[in-house]
Amino acid sequence: MTTTSIAVPDEPRIQTLLGLADDALILGHRLSEWTGHAPTLEEELALANIALDLIGQARMLYQATGLDEDALAYLRDPPQFRNMPIAELPNGDFAFTMVRLFLVSVAADRFWRNAVASEDPTIAAIAAKAEKETAYHVRHAAAWVIRLGDGTPESHRRAQTALNALWPYTGGFADRAGWLQAVAPVLSEATLVQPADGWMQPSGRDGRHTEHLGHLLAEMQILPRTHPGATW
Amino acid sequence: MVEKLARARAAVAAVEDPEIPVLTIEDLGILRDVRLDGDTVEVTITPTYSGCPAMIAIGLEIETALARAGFPKSQVRSVLSPAWTTDWMSEAGRRKLLAYGIAPPNPNALPSCPQCGSENTEQISAFGSTACKALYRCLACREPFDAFKCH
Repeated sequence: MTTTSIAVPDEPRIQTLLGLADDALILGHRLSEWTGHAPTLEEELALANIALDLIGQARMLYQATGLDEDALAYLRDPPQFRNMPIAELPNGDFAFTMVRLFLVSVAADRFWRNAVASEDPTIAAIAAKAEKETAYHVRHAAAWVIRLGDGTPESHRRAQTALNALWPYTGGFADRAGWLQAVAPVLSEATLVQPADGWMQPSGRDGRHTEHLGHLLAEMQILPRTHPGATW
Repeated sequence: MVEKLARARAAVAAVEDPEIPVLTIEDLGILRDVRLDGDTVEVTITPTYSGCPAMIAIGLEIETALARAGFPKSQVRSVLSPAWTTDWMSEAGRRKLLAYGIAPPNPNALPSCPQCGSENTEQISAFGSTACKALYRCLACREPFDAFKCH
């Protein structure tokens, strides 16, 4: 049985870059699924802009590995992806999308602000761009979390349901104590109850994912997989 | 040689931003360097936003502009560091933006209305029609307008 999949070197720097890149690509792809479906025109533009930022960050990170960025995105199988499973979960309703974007963006923003001082000059250069973008993402998502949580009984219920469902996927965030401190004031202003920490999902960095990643990749990869080398 | 380089540089500097055609890439501050290596022109640019799709078009347009100016061999490199900021936009660029109806980046205050000049404006959305712009509205003349984000 022939395969179009590539093999990726098991080098620490490459695997670290892939974790960051895959987080951005997979969440960016999910957000792009809102295009044409967002509740208002402004939100349509916002979600598409955020998706574009994330896919742009993913490209820079894939390029930093020195490998072929298209092959990394389109020709790896689910266990070769290093993203956190929270990024691959289906969008759900608008509250789920926004609560997820908030939780992930706060973690990403904290990471990139630190990475500006990274010893790896390529990561530092990417961070200098990414931290400005993630700051926008955090502001936008936080404003929605507050608006939904502290909104109508229905929007509150949906935001709280989303937060409860997403919480077990936050266990793998770096410096989780600092992350908790950053998200707590927004959750409080949104009148949402911070769920208790219990069993946490694996981080995804070892390639273990939910069943949703395979479906996402099937759609994202079908063209280059079916027509290798296709151009237009 | 010097004359040749000046000609190549002029051709590259005149390339327009495909999304905001009143601005050249020099106005925008993304043109870092133009040099000649034999008969190959090497152009260094820096990306604005990570995912800005205009960067791909700009690379192609630089190659086309150079070919038209008699330099069929060129190479466009994108360099990340130091990161581009809106501070690099030229004064000419800021004036052209305003005349085009887009408020130039303003780090200190809300943008003034490009139509009537009023400072009485409000943000409609932090995300606009392109990655580099946000959407505002003038509370004096009621016109909505784009403002270049500070970055």
